[in-house]
Amino acid sequence: MAMRPIATTRAMTGIPTGRLAVWWVIASEIVIFGGLLGSYIMHRLVNPQWANYAIHTNTWAGAFNTLVLLTSSLSAVLAHHAATHGDGKKAARYLWFTMAGGGIFIVVKAFEWTHEIQLGYTITANAFWAFYYTAAGLHALHVIAGVVIMGIISVDCLKNQELHRVELIGNYWHFVDLVWIFLFPLLYIAK
Amino acid sequence: MAESVPAESAHAHDHHDHHEQSFASKYLFSTDHKIIAMQYMFTGLAMGLIGAFFAYAFRMQLAFPGMDVPFWGQVSAAEYNALVTNHGTIMIFWVAMPVLIAAFGNYLIPLMVGCDDMVFPRLNRLSYQIFLLSAIVLIASFFVEGGAFGGAWTAYPPLSAKAEYSLTPLGSSIWVVAVALEFVAFLLGGINFVTTAMNSRAEGMGMYDIPVVIWMIVIASILFMASVGPLVAGAVMLLFDQTIGTNFFDPDRGGDPVLWQHLFWFFGHPEVYVVLLPAMGITADIMAVFARKKLFAYKTILYTTFATGVLSFMVWAHHQFVAGIDPRMAHVFTITTLLISIPIAELCFVYIATLYKGSITLTTPMLWALAFLFEFLIGGVTGIFLGASGADIYFHDTYFVLAHFHYTFFPIAIIGTYAGITYWFPKMFGRMMNDTLGKIHFWGTIIPFNCIFIPLFFLGMGGQHRRIYNYENFPELAGQGMQDLRVFATVALLVMLAFQVVFVINFIVSLRSGKKAENNPWRANTLEWQTPSPPPHGNFGSEMPKVYRGPYEYSTPGREEDFWPQNAPS
Amino acid sequence: MSDDHGPAHYIRIWAILVALLVVSVIGPMFEIQVVTLITAFGIACVKAYMVAANFMHLKTEKTLAVYMLVTCLVFMFLFFAGTAPDVMKTEGTNWDKPALRAMIAAGLAEGADHH
Repeated sequence: MAMRPIATTRAMTGIPTGRLAVWWVIASEIVIFGGLLGSYIMHRLVNPQWANYAIHTNTWAGAFNTLVLLTSSLSAVLAHHAATHGDGKKAARYLWFTMAGGGIFIVVKAFEWTHEIQLGYTITANAFWAFYYTAAGLHALHVIAGVVIMGIISVDCLKNQELHRVELIGNYWHFVDLVWIFLFPLLYIAK
Repeated sequence: MAESVPAESAHAHDHHDHHEQSFASKYLFSTDHKIIAMQYMFTGLAMGLIGAFFAYAFRMQLAFPGMDVPFWGQVSAAEYNALVTNHGTIMIFWVAMPVLIAAFGNYLIPLMVGCDDMVFPRLNRLSYQIFLLSAIVLIASFFVEGGAFGGAWTAYPPLSAKAEYSLTPLGSSIWVVAVALEFVAFLLGGINFVTTAMNSRAEGMGMYDIPVVIWMIVIASILFMASVGPLVAGAVMLLFDQTIGTNFFDPDRGGDPVLWQHLFWFFGHPEVYVVLLPAMGITADIMAVFARKKLFAYKTILYTTFATGVLSFMVWAHHQFVAGIDPRMAHVFTITTLLISIPIAELCFVYIATLYKGSITLTTPMLWALAFLFEFLIGGVTGIFLGASGADIYFHDTYFVLAHFHYTFFPIAIIGTYAGITYWFPKMFGRMMNDTLGKIHFWGTIIPFNCIFIPLFFLGMGGQHRRIYNYENFPELAGQGMQDLRVFATVALLVMLAFQVVFVINFIVSLRSGKKAENNPWRANTLEWQTPSPPPHGNFGSEMPKVYRGPYEYSTPGREEDFWPQNAPS
Repeated sequence: MSDDHGPAHYIRIWAILVALLVVSVIGPMFEIQVVTLITAFGIACVKAYMVAANFMHLKTEKTLAVYMLVTCLVFMFLFFAGTAPDVMKTEGTNWDKPALRAMIAAGLAEGADHH
């Protein structure tokens, strides 16, 4: 867009407008995941037998995916670092690396889910699996959305345009990583 | 950080090279906040007509059971449920929210904080488009097999989760999807409002120079964002229960239906304040202008509103006293509920203090503002009965609750909206509204409104349960005395609906041939009145305003004029 | 400043995060409940803090942003505190969840067969 309103150029709080908006996005995401995970934890505490269902989740796949997301977060923050120094090409390369991380995460998830569904642990099997697929699925949707947005931003990066957006998608990506940091022990480790 | 900040003047220049725009790009796909505000307002008002029509249809059924309702026909039991459910859903999510928050928020925030547009104009347009889609999806649910959802606007499972109970296999899922889309629209809009008001205020406008109405809309948006999350998660869970047969809320398979009630009301109660606060803000601004007096205790109003906002997150389970919740928790929620009446009562006192010794002009907007305060007080006081868990066990799910609820939401959604429209009409359309017609409409709305709902309090205390399609089957409720009250309320509703025609006529006639409005017909201080009516694209021409003082400096001693615009250099 | 925000700093944080991940996977293998709770959830909190503070730069961001996020988090604890007493019971004063109790008993019995 050629023309931007003057409103966009002001920053009375000292936080640039884009970043402030992303903080609000993250704040509203906190309550979405908070409500879902809170409901899960309550059920988990009243259902001691869920530990017997949780043993069928694959801790190693979960741990590998945690490693993948942590590493992609590192490359996202390195992309931000490159962008603040005005190096759009380098930022784009780091973003692609992050996108690859998101891709690997989804592929691993796909294999995990296929295996579990084949064993009969579908979303309707019982409430544990219902929460398992809903929570991890909602998170996976966020991963996919992040990858798509990052792809769009990386194209601008190559032209050295809109470099501040690298930080914005980075913050979102770190949040997605953060959600997984809690999902991993909740769904995989606690047995 | 890395954000490049080009000079303001360079951008102001851009606004002048505009080409002639086609109708579609100007009115349908515009990113201008004023156009989007109008889209929200007219969509909201159109949905309001539908919601009012639903109320007409089911009230006719209650007053004259089994009659052929004109324009609808026989109201069957299933249709009755669908009408009641969608009346509630539409009036809250598709009328109060879009008109009070989205329309007034969009229109007023950039103008009143002195900038040229929202910070994310395209996001703003997307927000409206998603909202429009959600409205269409909801209306569509009336035309699917099985009909529209009839499980009440609170959608408690298992009724809402299982098609064999609700008998609306498609309608209930479409309802959930429509509501979820609407939430997305308002999340996008809310982020825009909050960010604009936080970051893009005019030079010199400190935190305490922001008009109260903007504060209230911003706080309301924050409340919405912070409370809607659990219900979004709950909506996903409910949709899965309906469509693929999970068991989140199915007690037969280990689920917990009360969890939905918590997820719903954790949002649902702050939602009351989400729509209340903008109406309170509109009222505050109007009162200060027409009392020609500095708003009493501006900072106290802000702090009180914050307190209300925080407390509103701690009261939700007072909707569930009879749902079998833990009795100890019922005590906690009774206490917090009674506590929250304190800041709201304080706001009412502060507003009255603004009026005290003011030079009051009873224009139409001022009448609406005063009526808001008066009627909302009745709604608040009757709420005390329901907040106390002991009394609530008797009142729960009777018409007492219904009347209480309408005494709070009617002032908010209808009176607040009319106050706002009649006050800002000159700014929005550049013409004055007819004051005589406005007053006829005012009295024709307020008197029948009280005639509708006061009888319902008595019916509720007489034991009349909600959600009953035909009281003839209940001997203790079918007596002549009770039926007379029902007929009285319904006739009052018809009178009130008839008087809305006056408003429509006034609106259209004023729009076409009303007196041309000057920039500042009410002699107000806030920034939107310091620019032409209606404001041009970019709002303030080539030079953005600077702010020198607070918004309520009326009748300042030692000044010739009794108002002192925020952007006038002293 | 450059030390605090340079690539070396980020890589150091990442290395600590990976080390913590290893601990959180190994910890629960001892099958002692306290150890599991601390290593799984305690470490998750530490990791979350490190990501938020360093990668999201909340350490150097205006406190306003921190308040926004923390407020939402606090509201979630409120939600949990108000809701958990109801969901975490299988019977109350005038109600009962027979289906749930049967499922818990059956699930536990099935688990006992597995071990």
